[in-house]
Amino acid sequence: MRTLMILLRKEFQQIRRNPAILRIIFMMPAVQLLILPLAADYEVKNVNLTVVDNNHSDYSRRLINKLAANDHFTLVGVTDNYKEALVTIEQDKSDIVLTIPPHFDREIIREDEAALHLSANAVNGAKGNIGAAYAQSIIADFNNEIRRELLAMPRMNPAPVIEVTTINRFNDTMAYAIFMVPGILVILVTMVGSFLASLNIVHEKEVGTIEQLNVSPIKKHQFILGKLIPFWLLGFVVLTIGLLIARVVYGIIPEGNLGLIYLFAGVYLLALLGIGLLISTVSETQQQAMLMSFFFMMIFILMGGLYTSIDSMPEWAQVVTRFNPVRYFIEVMRMVIMKGSTFRDILPNLYVIGGMAVFFNGLAILLYRKRS
Amino acid sequence: MQHTEQVIQAVNLTKRFGEFTAVDHINFTVHQGEVFGFLGANGAGKTTAMKMLIGISTPTEGSATVAGFDIATQSESVKQRIGYMSQKFSLYEDIPVMENIRFFGGIYGLRSKELKTKAAALLETLEMGSHAKTLVRDLPLGWKQKLAFSLAIIHEPKIVFLDEPTGGVDPITRRKFWELIYAAAARGITVFVTTHYMDEAEYCNRISIMVDGRIAAMDTPANLKTQFQSTSIDAIFTQLARGAQRSGD
Repeated sequence: MRTLMILLRKEFQQIRRNPAILRIIFMMPAVQLLILPLAADYEVKNVNLTVVDNNHSDYSRRLINKLAANDHFTLVGVTDNYKEALVTIEQDKSDIVLTIPPHFDREIIREDEAALHLSANAVNGAKGNIGAAYAQSIIADFNNEIRRELLAMPRMNPAPVIEVTTINRFNDTMAYAIFMVPGILVILVTMVGSFLASLNIVHEKEVGTIEQLNVSPIKKHQFILGKLIPFWLLGFVVLTIGLLIARVVYGIIPEGNLGLIYLFAGVYLLALLGIGLLISTVSETQQQAMLMSFFFMMIFILMGGLYTSIDSMPEWAQVVTRFNPVRYFIEVMRMVIMKGSTFRDILPNLYVIGGMAVFFNGLAILLYRKRS
Repeated sequence: MQHTEQVIQAVNLTKRFGEFTAVDHINFTVHQGEVFGFLGANGAGKTTAMKMLIGISTPTEGSATVAGFDIATQSESVKQRIGYMSQKFSLYEDIPVMENIRFFGGIYGLRSKELKTKAAALLETLEMGSHAKTLVRDLPLGWKQKLAFSLAIIHEPKIVFLDEPTGGVDPITRRKFWELIYAAAARGITVFVTTHYMDEAEYCNRISIMVDGRIAAMDTPANLKTQFQSTSIDAIFTQLARGAQRSGD
């Protein structure tokens, strides 16, 4: 116990004097949480629209006005030449071209149906796709308006108009900050857990102080605990700073019990530190450790459900995410912050992450050698 | 000199890395209070042999006892009783002198009261009283080495292992360093030191010269000179090392 205290004291002496670590702990959460939620947002705005109007009727003009009035679209131009419109796509001036056929108005009135043609620029896939989807829903809306007007006419079939209204539960305004901030917080805690600890141990290898410890009577578990505990605590510091920023800047106050987040973070950090320890036992230099951590971080982040919804991943990728600790913490964060989930709700995730903590630390202790 | 207790005993001590035999069946004995010089060219196997003795490398063959404990099976007991200073200078550079003293004293089980007295005496001897709060990285190399040595023996070990302790410092600093070594030996601490400074070899009670993983010669400096009919250890070393198959690195 005394030896452990001595190790911890030394570790904190070093951390206190290390400007790089202090910067990561205080600056990284601030910068990432202030900038990322504003920039990395799924909403597609400013879809540039060009309309090829071959009809020039009241109906076609009404449709164009309706589209232009929507704040997702910017009307770039109206032309009557399809080829000309395609050129604007090639020049990247427009994302979507809507073609209104020559007999649009007549088809609507006499034949009950009319065809429109949308062509989307798929270079920026998301913008083109989502833009096309927006345009379709606006056209559907337009369609209903026309139907209602024409219902008065005896010749028409009185078709019922069905309108779908959506309510976004747990995030009623679909605010991106409340969706992104918990996820980004997880990434920050993950970085501290895996990067800092493994770099720290490999640094001791590089400068040779680890050899000095290995010839001393320090026990293996004392050494490992001496490294785990400081970074475990630093993880909490980062989490706390992050939660404070979320509250002050974005007004995000967890619906559920804050203690649940800390409880889960405690176990989660253990799992991550275990991975960090493993990386440090197989790396000889800080570069190796850094590259290896980076490799895992990329996969963890991209497959963690922060930027891409796990439900829409292909089956095999969904299987991969089950081995990704980040996924479980992001889920818990969102559950507790947005839905107000209880201990019982997060229990399955807690089990998985607890298992990972035991596995990675066990493996690290097994592989760490005081001698060769 | 009359020696009673044997503190290091190596019997056919061998270390292989795959096909390469770094240390090849070496046998030697070191007595309590002796300053034992372990000489050899780069790559001769000095450091590997030392790493086995201090318990961070497992012998492939043969055995050794250090301070009465087997290095293969009782290495933790060995570690309680030895001090070590590596050629990679290993104090914590980013914390102050006093914190290093506290740390290295602490991990060898020194109690705070004892530690305080020791620390004061140590800083006094090294004339570093005003530098307790200086970061180790800001000290001159010679001071760092003296501090590292003093910390390697802060817990009064039976034996201290020094791996090329004086690399890269001027002759005057080296002399002062050797004064510290003698003071430690006078207190009964056995000193096992590797070096490739031949003038330092002359300071040792006994020396062994390693060539290609084997011990090519071992005796007191005076006896070796008679045996090889030479006036200096330097000449003997050159004569022996010339026959080496391994090139230095």
